[in-house]
Amino acid sequence: MPFFYENRQIVTPGDLLAEGDCLAGHNTYKSDAKIYASRLGLVQYKGRLVQVVALNTFYVPSVGDQVIGKITEVNLHGWSVDINSPYIANLKASEALSRPFKPQRDELSEILDVGDLILAKVTAFDRTRDPSLTIREPDLGKITQGQIVGVSPAKIPRIIGRKGSMISMLKKETRCNITVGQNGLIIITGRNREDERIALLAIQKIEQEAHTSGLTDRVTEMVRKERGDV
Amino acid sequence: MSSIMISRIRQKQIAQLITSGKRLDGRGLVDYRPIQIETGIIVKAEGSARVRLGKTEVLVGIKIGLGEPFSDRPNEGVLTVNSEFVPLASPEFEAGPPGEESMELARVVDRGVRESKAIDLEKLCIIPRKKVFVVFVDIYVLNHDGNLIDASALATLAALMNTKVFRYEVKDGEVEIKPGFVALPIKNFPIAVTFAVISGKLVVDPWLDEEEVMDARLTISFDRDGRVCAVQKGGTGTLFPEQIIEAANITKEKAEELRKLVVKS
Amino acid sequence: MSQKIVLVNEEGIRTDGRKLNELRPIKLEVGILSNADGSAYIEQGKNRILAAVYGPREVHPRHLALPDRAILQCRYHMAPFSVEERKPPQPSRREVELSKVIREALEPAIFLDKFPRTSIDLFIEVLQADGGTRGAGVTVASLALADAGIPMRDLVAACAAGKVGAHLVLDLNDIEDKEGEADVPVAYMLNSNAVALLQMDGLLTIEEFKRAIDLALDGCKQIYALQKEALKAKYIAIKEEAEEGVEEE
Repeated sequence: MPFFYENRQIVTPGDLLAEGDCLAGHNTYKSDAKIYASRLGLVQYKGRLVQVVALNTFYVPSVGDQVIGKITEVNLHGWSVDINSPYIANLKASEALSRPFKPQRDELSEILDVGDLILAKVTAFDRTRDPSLTIREPDLGKITQGQIVGVSPAKIPRIIGRKGSMISMLKKETRCNITVGQNGLIIITGRNREDERIALLAIQKIEQEAHTSGLTDRVTEMVRKERGDV
Repeated sequence: MSSIMISRIRQKQIAQLITSGKRLDGRGLVDYRPIQIETGIIVKAEGSARVRLGKTEVLVGIKIGLGEPFSDRPNEGVLTVNSEFVPLASPEFEAGPPGEESMELARVVDRGVRESKAIDLEKLCIIPRKKVFVVFVDIYVLNHDGNLIDASALATLAALMNTKVFRYEVKDGEVEIKPGFVALPIKNFPIAVTFAVISGKLVVDPWLDEEEVMDARLTISFDRDGRVCAVQKGGTGTLFPEQIIEAANITKEKAEELRKLVVKS
Repeated sequence: MSQKIVLVNEEGIRTDGRKLNELRPIKLEVGILSNADGSAYIEQGKNRILAAVYGPREVHPRHLALPDRAILQCRYHMAPFSVEERKPPQPSRREVELSKVIREALEPAIFLDKFPRTSIDLFIEVLQADGGTRGAGVTVASLALADAGIPMRDLVAACAAGKVGAHLVLDLNDIEDKEGEADVPVAYMLNSNAVALLQMDGLLTIEEFKRAIDLALDGCKQIYALQKEALKAKYIAIKEEAEEGVEEE
């Protein structure tokens, strides 16, 4: 089972990663028993599985994902929401209210208006329809405060970290509440502007260096230094 | 089925047949459809020709005018080729300015004529740097049943060979038209041969349904001496380098065949 | 024919000092525009070309959307100041043809069927032109697409070969293109051994045509290596700096 690169080497689209009895994982494709990279990223060999951790992607919705979106249109029965994806999402009024409503346009824009930010969940998406959202669960709904920052959706797993290790550390060290959308958007709410600024710096550093090792330690160190703790 | 979109079943049929070296209309892989060429049908044009390639029909009209030469070619006449996908030719054609396919067609035909120096442009110079003959080639697609390029190139050549230029005299720096005509000076006979790549095979003169199914399209133009004078790959597929050379070799033979139809008529 | 320029001298050296099979110096940069989803810049000899990608995103106009795949829309455009004699800003017939031909060169490389009902919008702006801009345009556009995170089968590298001063040469500059005997632009996907763009104008025997294609493919292979390096460059630099002296996790 020949592997042509070392684990965590950077590969480019078209690079031949492996040959023979292998499975094509994320960001790879198989052609004639050969596995090639389809995106720029770090190659990972896990047993027979060959995949690439992409350095940049755009967000393709997945049912169950938590996302942060912006209302772009108030429609007859709900809203159109920009979720930083090639596809515009729909939020039906019935997925926003706990009570039945009468389809009057004025009412809807009083609940959510163009420009409002929401924390939502993807309830449906397939190749033939645009994604559907809901905000009816606890913790979901209109976002009223905090700083919003956008990163490449490819970096979100790194910001969360293995078993949430990175995000827990960030919340603890910066004393901010950090809400992460799978679609690359993040809300930071701190007790003061300075805390929020440090959290923002940390997230930007993770985005820049997501493909390197020893990142958690370096970010922790940076945050502590910024807070004057070291 | 009046629509141009062919069904999946038919697409599969076509592709499968070609794998075994056959085509839906019974032709061999390198055979052209029946070709008819008529010249001189538009008497108000200085030259004209109509080609029927199977059911594809293209009319080319040549008008001769006077104009200024290009600044980098001050002693040569001007050739300009335009193409119109006339809406009556296909349910897919809309009225309006030429789209990218129409522009590509004009430029590919132009290349064949220009690079082979089919027209002796130097002989079309009247007053160097000031006045030259302008050859307007207008390709008019009347019915689209595939392979507009070859039909248009053939019609263009036939029309050019049929074109007459008025006699003139230069008096005090002005051009005076005199009675009588002279044939447009033609010194080469470029022929375009177009292939479709289907199921990995090269298929000459694709008709409409084959064009819907093809992976890529390759047009090669040869001059009378068997030299390549224009090439254009089209379509969103790809070709292996070996296929390109194979196509060039086939073109040599097919171009000879087609040239005989024009140069005798 | 018209001028008495010596395109290739007796030592086989061209007007810009290059050998017959030498590419012009190439510089590639990726991710240089902040608004575009992906972007790249190329300098090849005197060519200066910028490429940017937006998408996949909603299709405009709507009726162009396809139910089973994304569409690629490509605009190749030359800035009015990019050439010797000012070029009017409206798209010329040549730009329309090149937009089509470049689009058809890149489509086979993209996994379009993964994003139905969307459009990938590619913009290629030629800021300065000196021959071979469609090849350089394909080369830089491939990088912009990869930078945008669009899944691709392979990078597409492109360059032209031709006949100049009775010799077969690689990567024609503007004078060579205008005064030479033939120009053969080629775009190539290395791993699939697939030619995605092929044109020719001029006069060549079949043998010369074949040799010109081989020469162009050789140039494409060299350019492909440069494309890979350019994509990785930014990340490798960050990695090296960050991991300096730090042990592996």
